[in-house]
Amino acid sequence: MNFDLTEDRQMLSDTLRRYLSANCVIEKRNEIAYSAPFHSPQCWSEMAELGIPGALVDEAHGGYGGTGFDIAVVFEELGRALCPEPFLGTLLASRLLLAAGADQQDLIDGSVRYAVAISELDEPYDPAFMIASATRSGEGYALEGRKTAVYGGHVTDVLLVAAMLDGRPAVFSVEAKSAALTSYGMIDGGGAAEVVFDATPATLLIEDAGKALDDMFAAGRLALCAEAVGAMDVAYTLLLDYLRTRKQFGTAIGKFQALQHRAVDLLAEIEQARSITISLAAALGSDEAMPRSAMAKGLIGRVARLVAEETIQMQGGIAMTWEYASSHYAKRLVMIDHQLGDTDQCEGEIIRRYAAA
Amino acid sequence: MDLTYSPQEETFRAEVRAFLEAELPDHISAAVRSGVELPREIYQEWHEILGRKGWLGTTWPKEYGGPGWTPVERYIFDVECSRAYAPRIVAFGPHMLGPVIQKFGSDAQKQDILPRILSGEDWWAQGYSEPGAGSDLASLKTRAERDGDHYVVNGQKTWTTLGQHANRIFCLVRTKFDGKPQEGISFLLMDIDTPGIEVRPIRLIEGGHEVNEVFFSDVRVPVSNLVGEENKGWTIAKYLLTHERTNIAGVGISMQALEEVKALARSLKRRGKPLIEDPLFAVRIARVESDLEAMKITNLRMLFTAQKHGQPGPETSILKIKGTVINQELRDLARRALGPLAAPFPGHVIDGNLVMGPKDTDANAAVYFNNRKTSIFGGSNEIQRNILTKTMLEL
Ligand SMILES: Cc1cc2nc3c(=O)[nH]c(=O)nc-3n(C[C@H](O)[C@H](O)[C@H](O)COP(=O)(O)OP(=O)(O)OC[C@H]3O[C@@H](n4cnc5c(N)ncnc54)[C@H](O)[C@@H]3O)c2cc1C
Repeated sequence: MNFDLTEDRQMLSDTLRRYLSANCVIEKRNEIAYSAPFHSPQCWSEMAELGIPGALVDEAHGGYGGTGFDIAVVFEELGRALCPEPFLGTLLASRLLLAAGADQQDLIDGSVRYAVAISELDEPYDPAFMIASATRSGEGYALEGRKTAVYGGHVTDVLLVAAMLDGRPAVFSVEAKSAALTSYGMIDGGGAAEVVFDATPATLLIEDAGKALDDMFAAGRLALCAEAVGAMDVAYTLLLDYLRTRKQFGTAIGKFQALQHRAVDLLAEIEQARSITISLAAALGSDEAMPRSAMAKGLIGRVARLVAEETIQMQGGIAMTWEYASSHYAKRLVMIDHQLGDTDQCEGEIIRRYAAA
Repeated sequence: MDLTYSPQEETFRAEVRAFLEAELPDHISAAVRSGVELPREIYQEWHEILGRKGWLGTTWPKEYGGPGWTPVERYIFDVECSRAYAPRIVAFGPHMLGPVIQKFGSDAQKQDILPRILSGEDWWAQGYSEPGAGSDLASLKTRAERDGDHYVVNGQKTWTTLGQHANRIFCLVRTKFDGKPQEGISFLLMDIDTPGIEVRPIRLIEGGHEVNEVFFSDVRVPVSNLVGEENKGWTIAKYLLTHERTNIAGVGISMQALEEVKALARSLKRRGKPLIEDPLFAVRIARVESDLEAMKITNLRMLFTAQKHGQPGPETSILKIKGTVINQELRDLARRALGPLAAPFPGHVIDGNLVMGPKDTDANAAVYFNNRKTSIFGGSNEIQRNILTKTMLEL
């Protein structure tokens, strides 16, 4: 047993942290994250040059990573900086391309941007209940329906779309410019798109996509969990600094036991969050990945909300302001629960397995 | 024990409901329903409608032009207003300064100030908190020094809610610089357009402009604007805080939020069924509904006691703590229910034809984040616990 990062991953983590602390400080991050195009094209290409997409892909497919721990290292750093670059879409697409045995060189070098369309208005989290569908049309396929909350869809070149084909989930590839895309910014920063398909030409990528989508979900959830852990670490550091320095009643507020115990409880929860993320990272790629991802994402959903709410409460009015970084961490931490399965969805998945066993 | 309303109270409820149906304009209730920040004009229009009816100073006795309602009647009014999506009354004039002037003001102040609050003509802001004086309000530093018939005020207030709309502000200022901090504070009224006052916006977590910083540099304020005696402002501040509390549980707003959450969960789907049929989500509603039902009774019990014995006691801290937590839980559910549809930033308009979620839900996440304030302001929930601890343990 060894919980240390390998030397390569430590280097990746250091490189990314160095880059982000120079290029994604909170004021600049907020400018980028909350105004169109809700990311920085310059940061995107620089991070591609640093090899971030490549870290998400295994060697056999042209990358140099692709394991759960590689993904966790990358997203934890993105979370620490609240980086709004749409790498979640890159990761999700990469998992699907991997399952399809497709080439991903353009994804790895950052020259083509990918986003993945899963959620729908009537089904946010579970692809088995999708309505969007595909029919055969000449050589290819035509898509019908609407996808919601396509993360990174506002700046993508290629959309990978989950849609029903003969009553089963399949995955298609669509040129972004041939679909009707509407972009928007999100309350926690970054961008997404709504996509409407109306006889939109599509190429079949994976016909029976159940397993591929499971793997994609597990990887995506891992990324979000790691991102949350990174964000919680920083939010917690800000809290401790404030408890030490803010004075009321002639003393540091950190001297009040009412706050001390709660701060310590938060630490325990954050450590639990880190552990479940590691557990999921280790399971990625195995049969255990999907159930483990439900545990991890469900737990993180609870803890991230707690950390967000407690860090606001324990710092008082200042943490309610846009100007103070803490509020932006709180927003991201809460909104992570709305992506790829919230706590209820994840706990539901766990419970349904009990009955099936 | 009898939990039914008296016939008079039922008649009163019917009267309030009929008034709201007739007088609350659709464009105002629609704006409240949407959950976005209200512009000044909406508040102002509503204040004036209430003012004409004589219902703006809901806590005021008849002798000062108020309706002379009992605490239970005020509660009914509050619930009915929330139910009808009326804007909340901006409390600083009607609920805070009004009662203070009635108790501590001079005759001249009563004549000048009270009618202008009742008509909605004046918009008051509350200048208590400072960057260094939040929970520890008595440590405030903004100073007022006597110079002939004037005080000269220097310093800074912060968190001034809706100060951008106000034409007047009441402030706690330091007039004595030695001795116990509580004993050197005075209660001073100012016009916001007095030279030397500058109001600057603070942007809140969800992006809205609701609070401000207010800077004072050599602001000359007539001594006649002092309320009560010099250095006795702390007594007034404490009196005001008890008044701030009568509707502190926010039961009316929570009842409405509960109905919204249920309606939302009926209209949204998960895994091919209405969200409300997902037991994991439904149980969240069931819990908070039970809490709210209990809160209604807790609130009424405390109002009943206040009605019988005069002043509300320190137990009202329980209303603040539980009331805010229930409300915040409901805001959590309203955001959570939307799943990814909660994500868009409310100001970034999505193409008009592309509706994201059910009507009036696009600000749900923003409202959730904004409402984290309720457990911080008006004496944080930690401070409420300290108050209760003191009275319970008597250590
Ligand atoms: C949206 C908003 C609107 C507001 N509107 C107004 C307004 O119109 N006018 C006005 O004057 N003020 C207003 N306030 C200010 C509000 O009253 C203060 O924020 C509040 O008193 C807390 O002060 P603080 O923010 O400085 O936090 P602090 O006092 O610094 O407290 C920080 C944390 O320490 C805790 N704490 C402090 N002392 C103790 C203790 N002894 N024991 C245990 N815990 C403790 C607090 O509970 C909190 O969790 C508003 C605030 C907000 C957020």
